[in-house]
Amino acid sequence: MASIKFDHVWKRFGDFAALKDFTLDVADQEFLVLVGPSGCGKTTALRCLAGLEEVTSGTIMIGDRVVNDIPPKDRDIAMVFQSYALYPHMSVYDNMAFGLKLRKIPKAEIDRRVKEAAEMLQIGHLLDRKPKALSGGQRQRVALGRAIVRHPSVFLMDEPLSNLDAKLRVQTRAEISKLHQRLKTTFIYVTHDQTEAMTMGTRIAVMRDGVLQQLDTPQNLYDHPANMFVAGFIGSPSMNFFEATLVRGDGQVLVDFGPFQLPVPPSRIDAIADHIGMPIFFGIRPEDIHDAHYVPRGVDESARLMTTVNVVEPLGSEVYAYVENGGKEMVARLDPRTKARTGEVLEIIIDMSKMHIFDRDTERALI
Amino acid sequence: MSSVAIPAPGRRRIRWSRVVVYSLILAFLLFFLLPVYLLLITSFKSFDQVSLSRMWDLPTSFSLESFNRAWNGGEGVIGMRGSFWNSVQMVVPATVISCILGSLNGYVLSKWRFPGSETLFTLILFGMFIPYQSILVPLVEVLREIRLYATIPGLVLVHVVYGIPITTLIFRNYYATVPNELVEAAKIDGADFFGIYRSVMLPLSAPGFVVVAIWQFTSIWNEFLFGLIITNDPQLRPVTVALQNLSGSQFTQWNVQMAGALLVALPPLLVYIFLGKYFLRGLLAGSLKG
Repeated sequence: MASIKFDHVWKRFGDFAALKDFTLDVADQEFLVLVGPSGCGKTTALRCLAGLEEVTSGTIMIGDRVVNDIPPKDRDIAMVFQSYALYPHMSVYDNMAFGLKLRKIPKAEIDRRVKEAAEMLQIGHLLDRKPKALSGGQRQRVALGRAIVRHPSVFLMDEPLSNLDAKLRVQTRAEISKLHQRLKTTFIYVTHDQTEAMTMGTRIAVMRDGVLQQLDTPQNLYDHPANMFVAGFIGSPSMNFFEATLVRGDGQVLVDFGPFQLPVPPSRIDAIADHIGMPIFFGIRPEDIHDAHYVPRGVDESARLMTTVNVVEPLGSEVYAYVENGGKEMVARLDPRTKARTGEVLEIIIDMSKMHIFDRDTERALI
Repeated sequence: MSSVAIPAPGRRRIRWSRVVVYSLILAFLLFFLLPVYLLLITSFKSFDQVSLSRMWDLPTSFSLESFNRAWNGGEGVIGMRGSFWNSVQMVVPATVISCILGSLNGYVLSKWRFPGSETLFTLILFGMFIPYQSILVPLVEVLREIRLYATIPGLVLVHVVYGIPITTLIFRNYYATVPNELVEAAKIDGADFFGIYRSVMLPLSAPGFVVVAIWQFTSIWNEFLFGLIITNDPQLRPVTVALQNLSGSQFTQWNVQMAGALLVALPPLLVYIFLGKYFLRGLLAGSLKG
């Protein structure tokens, strides 16, 4: 068990900086997810922490030890690789026991730990098999088992679910979460999938181009994204963004989209008062746009808009509708009872209390 | 169950392109087998049956005498038995050592890259393109200096050194197909440089070792020039040099010569027959990995 600290870490590969002044504190026993699009530096951060890459500058601490010059084997970590990296010539048992044998742990203790982990992961009947005789899901469990038996103070996982099919992925996702609760150890988990990040992390670090964008709990990331990148990355379907201007009129503040205007709720005016009269980016999540006939209770219905429906995607539990007014297209996540039909007109309600306003130049969130 | 219509077997049309291709293959096959035919029939002839005019004729009586003569000597020829043993003493250690060196080199150059490792690899490969003849004089001088001239260990050393480029190349390319994550997982598991080599790379190296061992065994066994230059003592000659010496200074007993050639070719032949499929498998290991 250990906390982790990245302190102003830079990692360069030639001219390319994969990590730029990366600072991150992870508390003991936390499940921290590093998420971002490919090439954002999340895997590099993990590999630096594991000791597989040397940092160019800055320090990395595990517990109260600076580990910059400590080889991977002495960092008290275990890692699950995307490709699982099982030793193909060893049985499942030997794969799991390998790290323990190298640490000269007594045979009886190795046996106990391997059996315990195998039972936890329900792979007890596979211990004599070679990796090539296992299914993808089973290999994944063996890779987890190899990490568990080591009793490390930090688990590192590099996209461990990306080679599994969709159903197995959801199942394993829950199992890894359970594993975290059971082992009470620090987990660092890398993924490009925001759903994985949201469902598993106690906190999520969103990265882009080697820079940490925001570090917060899943709910806070969703409710209060720090900038447009985070706002667009978290949530599915993505948030709708529009170029707009804040204007004053009729004794209220309006968001002027050009073809139409929508009122800002009085409670939000203070936060954006500086930007009245200035161009901004307006953001609204698909789930905050409703069919005017099926508005959830408590939603203010003052922001109404007539739209044309371009595409309807029924998913059973909900309907995604791509609607448009004056060339401004947005996706809405509607009640399944909606009568929206392609090509027809639909009146929508936009829940303006859930709107996001971003500075046009810095793309930072104002509210 | 649905019934599937099976087309009635009609008269198959002769594909002329096929006929041409197979005829050509057959013609080339016969052409390439001609020397082998000559080698075989001549080796079973007795000396008085051997003549240029009856070269293509089958032997009138089968005789193994020429094999006996080539192996044990007698009547103006020195048998190859002793030199056959010399060759074994040279080939086995040279093959084993160059396999190990190539494997270690390949391991370092593929999994422990360091600044300049690519340049070093290129320089090592350069060794393949140095013609033997150009280094003979300095080679002999060096071997004299380190007291290995005219010894079998000297020959072993030369073959090991000359084998480094090709063995390194084959192993490096083979190890490039082993995922880096395996090495990284082993690093995290606690293995060091040699630990990873011994526990992870070596057990996965069998196809690489087969390819390199076959390659080195046959090329060292068949090598003539170093054998001739480095051993001036007839007692230490490898079998290829002894084969050359079977032909006497006055005349050549072709039946004995051919029998000797067959005997010399036997070990590489056996290696190919028994290990050939592994050779192909090893060469293809990278491309077929699924």
